Amino acid sequence: MPATESSAAVRASLAVGLAVSAYGVSFGALAVASGLDVWQACVLSLFMFSGGSQFALIGVLASGGVAAGPAAITAAALLGVRNGLYSMRMAPIIGGPWWRKLLAGQWTIDETTAVATAQPTLRGQRVGFWVTGAIIYAGWNLTTLIGALLGDLVGDVRSYGLDAAAAAAFLGLIWPRLRSLQPIAVAVGAAVVAAVLIPWLPPGLPVLAAAVVAVVVGITNWLGSKPTAPGAGAA
Amino acid sequence: MNVWTVILLASLAVLVLKLLGYLVPPTFMERPTPSRVATLLTVALLSALVVTQTVERDHQIVLDARLPAVGIAAVLLALRAPFFVVVLSAAIVAALLRLAGWMA
Repeated sequence: MPATESSAAVRASLAVGLAVSAYGVSFGALAVASGLDVWQACVLSLFMFSGGSQFALIGVLASGGVAAGPAAITAAALLGVRNGLYSMRMAPIIGGPWWRKLLAGQWTIDETTAVATAQPTLRGQRVGFWVTGAIIYAGWNLTTLIGALLGDLVGDVRSYGLDAAAAAAFLGLIWPRLRSLQPIAVAVGAAVVAAVLIPWLPPGLPVLAAAVVAVVVGITNWLGSKPTAPGAGAA
Repeated sequence: MNVWTVILLASLAVLVLKLLGYLVPPTFMERPTPSRVATLLTVALLSALVVTQTVERDHQIVLDARLPAVGIAAVLLALRAPFFVVVLSAAIVAALLRLAGWMA
């Protein structure tokens, strides 16, 4: 029954979409705390629309200011690489003319991909993608505005603990990704690299340097599981 | 480079990466290495950001109220608390410690 598939997908979309929209408040408040104005916070959510990249951009700007701009852009872009991976996965599901893919592109993020690919049928996958995308896009932008206005009222960042909140936000974003040994090893390695380099490099660059750990471990597949896909004979 | 330039360039880069996936031939994603590197890249950057946001201040490692606040956040995440509760709790813990004059 197509109706059942669709309603299951809509239920999943609502659950994920509403939960994620609440992040927007934290983002808006932290964006303002890191020196952006309300408009800038809202433009980031409208145009960039990718939580990890947005938090990374404001995090690097918070520690290095505009001088760290290139590092901030690079950090945001590197965190956006995985969205490209998601869109490769979503391309055959979305289908249709180029303008539909253009719109889908902006909404291709962790949550829409997760909801869509969890649905058993093509129809459910499409419904899951578009409904999740619509809910999160509306919710994320609305709550960013609310958070930014709240942050604007707050004033001194440190006395309210907003700097600690930013650190906790990154911990919350990484937490669900630490399910096996390889990502945990990369997380530890990247943390050590960043900590060691803090006194030696300008703000933002220790974060970028830590990306090397992912590239090395990813290419060598150190601590990785053996390929299990059928026919995957390559070592 | 001003803040607007940074915001617009970064937004453009992130959007282009999203669209790129719709143009690349789908066989590329079946290769395990690019997919693994992209996934681990996210982990490495987020981990480095946790560290810098927790201990960096003015180019130095400074241990202050942020550290216990992030510790509480980790405990709450282990208890499966929602994201917003985790972030808010970390802010409250750090603010209270500073109010009490500890670990300013």
